[in-house]
Amino acid sequence: MADAALTDPSARAKQRAPARADTSGTVVAWLLSAPAIIAYVLMLLAPALAMLMLAFTDFEFGARTFRWVGFANFAEMLGDRGAMAAVRNTAVYVLFVTPISIALGLLLAVLIDAGARGRTVFRAIFFLPVVSLTVAMAVAWQYILHPNIGPLNAALRMFGAPTPNWLASSEMVMISLGFIGVWENLGFNMVLFLAGLTAIPRDLYAAAEVDGAPGAWSRFWLVTWPMLGPTTLFVVTITTIRSIRVFDTVAILTQGGPNKASEVLLHTMYVEGFQFFRMGYSAAITMLFLAVVLVLMLIQTRLIERRVHYG
Amino acid sequence: MSTHPTTESADRGLLADLPRLLLLSVFALLILAPYIWMIAVSVKPQSEVFTSSLSLIPKQFAAAENYGKVFAQVPIGLYLLNGLIVCLGILAFQIAFAVPAAYALAKLEFRGRDTLFAFVMLGLLVPVQVPALPLYMAFANVGLLNSYTALIAPFTISVFAIFLFRQFFKAIPDELIHAARLDGMGESSIVWRVIVPNALPAATAFAIFSVVAHWNDLYWPLIAVNKGDYYTPAMGVLAFRSQEAGEDYGALMAASMLVTAPLVVAFLIAQRRFIEGITMTGLKG
Repeated sequence: MADAALTDPSARAKQRAPARADTSGTVVAWLLSAPAIIAYVLMLLAPALAMLMLAFTDFEFGARTFRWVGFANFAEMLGDRGAMAAVRNTAVYVLFVTPISIALGLLLAVLIDAGARGRTVFRAIFFLPVVSLTVAMAVAWQYILHPNIGPLNAALRMFGAPTPNWLASSEMVMISLGFIGVWENLGFNMVLFLAGLTAIPRDLYAAAEVDGAPGAWSRFWLVTWPMLGPTTLFVVTITTIRSIRVFDTVAILTQGGPNKASEVLLHTMYVEGFQFFRMGYSAAITMLFLAVVLVLMLIQTRLIERRVHYG
Repeated sequence: MSTHPTTESADRGLLADLPRLLLLSVFALLILAPYIWMIAVSVKPQSEVFTSSLSLIPKQFAAAENYGKVFAQVPIGLYLLNGLIVCLGILAFQIAFAVPAAYALAKLEFRGRDTLFAFVMLGLLVPVQVPALPLYMAFANVGLLNSYTALIAPFTISVFAIFLFRQFFKAIPDELIHAARLDGMGESSIVWRVIVPNALPAATAFAIFSVVAHWNDLYWPLIAVNKGDYYTPAMGVLAFRSQEAGEDYGALMAASMLVTAPLVVAFLIAQRRFIEGITMTGLKG
């Protein structure tokens, strides 16, 4: 439909700049953007705004009416044991998964980068969880962590060690989910670090050696770690934002149990909205989630602006 | 990615390299553990699943039984087909909508361009879970839940695709576009016949990212679909677990194998492209 717009001779005569900010150019540009704009408004902008409004209502799905309730939903959240557990558990999960998956991702990247052998094979293996269907892998983890027939407890039993009920005891459940989260995320971080390592100029290592940093350990702290600074910051925020969205493993393995011990933000939002149909309350939880994600993204942009430039 | 051995030479002796390889292998085994058990259990008879948890090789080979049970009890082929339809449907719309908009933002000067781009950046900040609630209500009201439309429509717009393609299109020389205009090509044929062929790496990367994300997605299908006819592979495994299999881990692992295999095999064939695609799109989180 946009083809016709630039066939008139005056437009064709303009050979130099990209299509000008004249009327016909503007029409063409908006026509080209129209499908995207319509889908954006229908599928993103309007529903996101509707969600913001819902958060201040007591609307329940199927109800004929609703009332504006101001901040009542947010006040309810403060007194709701489930929602508070969700906030706490999500924080615990993020604080567990982020540092461990980053440290291990960095370790593996450095190990892979330190030699030529096995590079492709190991990189593929560590990246495998990123492309695997979470639901299916969670089912595999459920079997491994099974209290009676799971191989993990069978191995522990052989050594006479205690055999916890990994996913059904309130002390262990967040640790178990956390380890699965580390397993899911570490390959992604490793690949980002590998890219960062590749960008470090090799002569810096030679210079460090001349300056009296002979061991691999001191070279790491003198050259690798500071040069990876920007990468690390990026990986930290990315992993935080990824892990704050934990949902699949919780929905499949624990449904927030036992007794809310593994309730997390997105799961609470899902249960309140799509099982109890308390749309207003669920929207308020969504807003909390959105606020946290926005703060993290803001920090990310600030940090990257300030620290990325090493000249 | 080229190889960059840190300081030692790449071809140092295998013996000196051994500790590094050993350490990496230990980690590799830990990462592979769930896959190894998944394969092992999927060929074990029920009795052995319950008795000999630690042996990987079954005494009695029950692959036919377990995989047969999956095919007999759930339409796993239909779920896989649904997954394919949904992923390709989403990708087709995302490309069809995002590419022309990205071209306009990258290569045309027009009134309102900055505003449009500001909205793209705004869209990048919104996680997919945010519009889910109102979208669910809208689909329910018009009776569209349990349909391909419900599974595909919310993802037809990818602001991330617009952002990514805009970056790539900016690097394409203006001369190419001018030449095409002189040849009498209209803007939309320039987009599809000049710009896109020159941005194939970006398109491939995005395609991989999009397919991986939606093949593996659980959140939206869980909301939009509750009838078997439209189950995606992820939903299929969940349904199989709750309805048929329960504690029948052999059959459950067989089902898990069948839905995980397509992407994993594709990844192993085109490893580099997958890693590039997924990490290039890393900022999407």
